[in-house]
Amino acid sequence: MQTFDLEAQGLRQLNATLHAQADDTNQTAWEVVNPRGSHAIAVGLDAPIEVNVKGSTGYYCGGMNKQATINVHGSVGPGVAENMMSGMVVIEGDASQYAGATGHGGTLVIKGNASSRCGISMKGIDIIVHGNIGHMSAFMAQSGNLVVCGDAGEALGDSLYEAKLFVRGSVKSLGADCIEKEMRPEHTEILRDLLERGGCDAKPEEFKRYGSARQLYNFNIDNAY
Amino acid sequence: MCGIVGLFLKDKSLEPKLGDMLTDMLITMTDRGPDSAGIAIYGPGTEGRAKLTVQSDTPDADFAGLDTALAERLGGRVSMTVKDTHAVLEIGKGEIDAARAALSEIRPSVRNMGQGESLEIYKEVGLPKDVAARFDLRGMSGTHGIGHTRMATESAVTTMGAHPFNTGPDQCLVHNGSLSNHNSLRRKLRREGVHIETQNDTEVGAAYITWRMMNGATLGEALESSLVDLDGFFTFVVGTKDGFGVVRDPIACKPAVMAETEQYVAFGSEYRALVDLPGIGQARVWEPEPATVYFWSHNAVPTAHEKAA
Repeated sequence: MQTFDLEAQGLRQLNATLHAQADDTNQTAWEVVNPRGSHAIAVGLDAPIEVNVKGSTGYYCGGMNKQATINVHGSVGPGVAENMMSGMVVIEGDASQYAGATGHGGTLVIKGNASSRCGISMKGIDIIVHGNIGHMSAFMAQSGNLVVCGDAGEALGDSLYEAKLFVRGSVKSLGADCIEKEMRPEHTEILRDLLERGGCDAKPEEFKRYGSARQLYNFNIDNAY
Repeated sequence: MCGIVGLFLKDKSLEPKLGDMLTDMLITMTDRGPDSAGIAIYGPGTEGRAKLTVQSDTPDADFAGLDTALAERLGGRVSMTVKDTHAVLEIGKGEIDAARAALSEIRPSVRNMGQGESLEIYKEVGLPKDVAARFDLRGMSGTHGIGHTRMATESAVTTMGAHPFNTGPDQCLVHNGSLSNHNSLRRKLRREGVHIETQNDTEVGAAYITWRMMNGATLGEALESSLVDLDGFFTFVVGTKDGFGVVRDPIACKPAVMAETEQYVAFGSEYRALVDLPGIGQARVWEPEPATVYFWSHNAVPTAHEKAA
């Protein structure tokens, strides 16, 4: 286990050290102490290492992650795991706005609540939230899955493409072109796997599925160039 | 981008440290607003007396003999504490309007920063650490205070464009965001006879709140209606005689973090601003909801529901 004191050694040093880890590194376990709400902790990683952040972080923690597993033992600021490609990011506390935005792959687990714009423009990432999510979540979400064990805020899934949304609790309102959809056996199976990966104590049968009605301008072939 | 900090103390033993704690929070928010900084602090008042905080770009000339000159005009006792470009004039409780009128004649270049029984406002252009040092903010004690670091987007970097803005006796407002309908609203408020000095968007927001309360709204009602009448982005923190309030616009893209313990309620634009507060590791930390008005008060009846004086 490698311990890195962020306050003493600084952010550039942290990210440079983590970037220097290759696929075959022997230093696979890292601990970051004294994060003190700093921005851009453990961004742009590309190695199968595990990073444990002991405290709360600021903006963009775990952004652009590939391969790495990042656990935050606290809450995170805006843009956690933004544009993640692969790997796993787990937040023990809450996440601020636009968690997992534009993520292409990997898994983001938020054990508390996520605020507004969770999964905005997601492109293949799986996001699993144990608590509630705020307004305008999954706006223009293109693919991937968003699982919410609690409630969703206003305008869920506005202008949605092919992402699948699963919500156990209430949905304050659906955004434009987002509708409730039938939960078929294949969706139950996808959701069962997601709940297991996210460590959720919930059954797939308790959820409703939401997706695109495909009625907006872009979905009409006559509007194609 | 701007930075906001706020601290409301429940534990009296922390009151001598209020300025010190707020200053640390303010300096942490320098990245969000290096242009100018300001603080509103609710300190000990004197029974039957009121405070007028004034500013001058030429303090040596303007503040020389100001207490004596003002006392002569008011016919009462005036005491003055000068801190750099600001001076706090302590006058009789009912003399605020008379004092302001007298000031505009005897010292026309002196500008009004704030008024109230316990409120003092200090703000200037410069890095937050320099502004804090000029006014010795660290040494101030009080029950609660709010601070602001400014990165100007809508108007010039000037003292009068810095926050907090005074909105009434013992009331003030700081803002993170940008209002898009401030020009039309400024014209409307000026037609209603409201004095607005600068091209700054937040001054219009503050004038709007003041105008609503002059017409009978409570502070809570004024903030509620701001959600309808103000267009743009805002996280507002308002200071009141006995507490503070928070409201965010419905889009809520401007960040806000709150923390509460047995000892205090704290506000920060980012969690970073809160990390040195005592017991923060055990604090309840959360993000205030959009389009929701929050208040914390020492009164059993929160200020939000009281009519403005």
